[in-house]
Amino acid sequence: MKEFKVLMVDDEEDFVRTLDERMQMRNLDTSVALSGEEAMKKLEEDPPDVLLVDLKMPGMDGMEVLKRAREAYPGVQVVMLTGHGSEADEAEARRLGVFEYLRKPIPIDQLMRTLKAAYKKKLEQAMVAASFAEEGDFESAREIMKQGQKK
Amino acid sequence: MRSLKGLIEDLLSIPEERSTPERYRIVGRNIAILMLITTLVPLALMTVINYFEYKAALRNEIQAPMKTLVNKAKHSFELFLAGRLSTVNFIASAYKFEELADEKNLNRIFRVLKKEFEGFVDLGLIDSNGMQVSYAGPYGLQGKDYAGQAWFEHVRVNGVYISDVFKGYRKFPHIAIAVQHISDDGREWIVRATINTGKLDDLIASMGLDAESDAFLINRQGVFQTKSRFYGDVLDKCPEIPPISFEPAVIERIDPLGRDVFLGYVYFNQNDFVFVLVKPKSDVLKVWYTLRADLLIVFVIGLAVIILAVLKLTNIMMKRMKESDDKRTLALREVEHSHKLSSIGRLAAGVAHEVNNPLAVINEKAGLMQDLIQYNPDFPDKDRFVNLVKAIIQSVERCRTITHRLLGFARRMDVEVQILDVNEVLQETLGFLEKEALYKNVKLDLDLSKNLSKIESDRGQLQQVFLNILNNAMAAIGDGGTIAISSFERDSQMIGVTIKDTGHGMSDETLKHVFEPFFTTKKSGEGTGLGLSITYGIVKRLGGDIEVQSKTGTGTRFTVYLPKKTPAQSGV
Repeated sequence: MKEFKVLMVDDEEDFVRTLDERMQMRNLDTSVALSGEEAMKKLEEDPPDVLLVDLKMPGMDGMEVLKRAREAYPGVQVVMLTGHGSEADEAEARRLGVFEYLRKPIPIDQLMRTLKAAYKKKLEQAMVAASFAEEGDFESAREIMKQGQKK
Repeated sequence: MRSLKGLIEDLLSIPEERSTPERYRIVGRNIAILMLITTLVPLALMTVINYFEYKAALRNEIQAPMKTLVNKAKHSFELFLAGRLSTVNFIASAYKFEELADEKNLNRIFRVLKKEFEGFVDLGLIDSNGMQVSYAGPYGLQGKDYAGQAWFEHVRVNGVYISDVFKGYRKFPHIAIAVQHISDDGREWIVRATINTGKLDDLIASMGLDAESDAFLINRQGVFQTKSRFYGDVLDKCPEIPPISFEPAVIERIDPLGRDVFLGYVYFNQNDFVFVLVKPKSDVLKVWYTLRADLLIVFVIGLAVIILAVLKLTNIMMKRMKESDDKRTLALREVEHSHKLSSIGRLAAGVAHEVNNPLAVINEKAGLMQDLIQYNPDFPDKDRFVNLVKAIIQSVERCRTITHRLLGFARRMDVEVQILDVNEVLQETLGFLEKEALYKNVKLDLDLSKNLSKIESDRGQLQQVFLNILNNAMAAIGDGGTIAISSFERDSQMIGVTIKDTGHGMSDETLKHVFEPFFTTKKSGEGTGLGLSITYGIVKRLGGDIEVQSKTGTGTRFTVYLPKKTPAQSGV
């Protein structure tokens, strides 16, 4: 049984395939998308727990993917991993509700820690929502689910 | 003409290519020359024109009265002679020959004559053969025969005769006047009188000449007819005969006494006489000389004032020009410097971004290799490969540090502004270094202003700034050096912090590049060359300024100026 599902989006195939292999070795259920558009399709087909997305991509870029993912799938945590991160980009990403903003290259351990933390956050949110739901407070449950989007 | 044009062009051009001090000297010289030419040429021209105008005017002023005087004198003489002549003429025509031949009668007439007219010396009647018929006077000339003498022939032809001055029988200067009379019955006789020339001298004396001047009569042969003060007695030869002129004229001569004189004269119409008036120039030109001296003094003073003013002005102008040029150069250099830094920053950021992606690929590939080796227990030469891969990953790590710092240098960081005490920040920062200072035996000398204003700034970034400078100072000094840190109020807008070390200092060349990224004097691998450029970027971003002074062998002094209020967002 894999720990959780991660969708990795990056136009640098060499990078993303290798990372994919290493993640699988570390017992994650990973899949790869090579563009923003492909990522949106895969999100729809099989939403992952955590979305790892590059910023600069031809076509739909990481910022756009982040925005749409947070809108459509508030439960999915998004981690941004980029070589082009400027201060302004980071601020923008945080405003849009990114879980963490990381810079390439990154040691695998640090990346793993961040992904796990993102997953944990997702679980926590889901559990809080679930407990409200158990109490019949669906309003609050929905609120919490939405807050993930804003936070 | 060609060379003059060239000269003017030369004066008007500014030699850009020359070295700076020489350039200012040349420009200054050219301006001074141009100003001097434009002011002094008109001044000199005016002085020269005035000189000649005044000279001509004054000459007229002086000569006109002389001419008048000469003319008046001539008229007096002519009037005098005409009066005597008509008297003699009257005697000759009023009496018959027999009456005049009678000595008694003649003596009576002579007595009346002497009484009525001054100057008559004697009176005589001469018949047509030249014989003295009768005579009244002191010399007893009865029976003297004048036949054949020049004057006798002259009077026979012309009817009248006025002689030059002569001494004749009487050994006394006099003039003879002779008139021929022809009666109705055809008889001829001549009445002849002599006149004392003392009367002529009296006429001259009555002109009231000053002691330096002279006036006299000469005849056309240049013989003195009256005595002169300076040039000879009666009947002496006059040294100069002026050219014939029946109108009063003035000429300039040097007299036998060596004086510069004006010579006013006129020829008599009826007689052979010439009246001459001599006035020394020095006398009459006294006014002119003083005027000329005044003119010269005014010119010289004007000249001096103009030259002084021009030199002073040029000097001031050049100084101003140099100052503004220097300011401009400095401002340009500053702009150039910050421009250079920002473009280097952009370049560095671009490079860092581009390098990050391949670095990430290397990182992951090497990481995968590591994973594969570790997950395979039977991997041959496992330890060796593990070490190799580790080295690759470590190198990637090192590159990452560099690219991230580069981005840090270039990036526009958010400034987290708070009100803080710079002294406190300094002390905190020094806390990081106390151990090292102790270890290296470096003395930390603190002189913090007690009433330093609190400022709006970013604590973390200020720490970074001070830490960078202090680290450099620490690296620059060996054992036993001193780092002096002081804070002070610069003005109402800024505070300052000075960090001074007694280290090895920097050369001018190093100083020029000290804020440029990747410029380092440390051994390769020890420093990135980014510390001070990041420091510079931060200080600028905080709205402050940083200055560095250094001297090889003596030490380095950094001064950081920080605004009390952060300016509205600014970026590099």
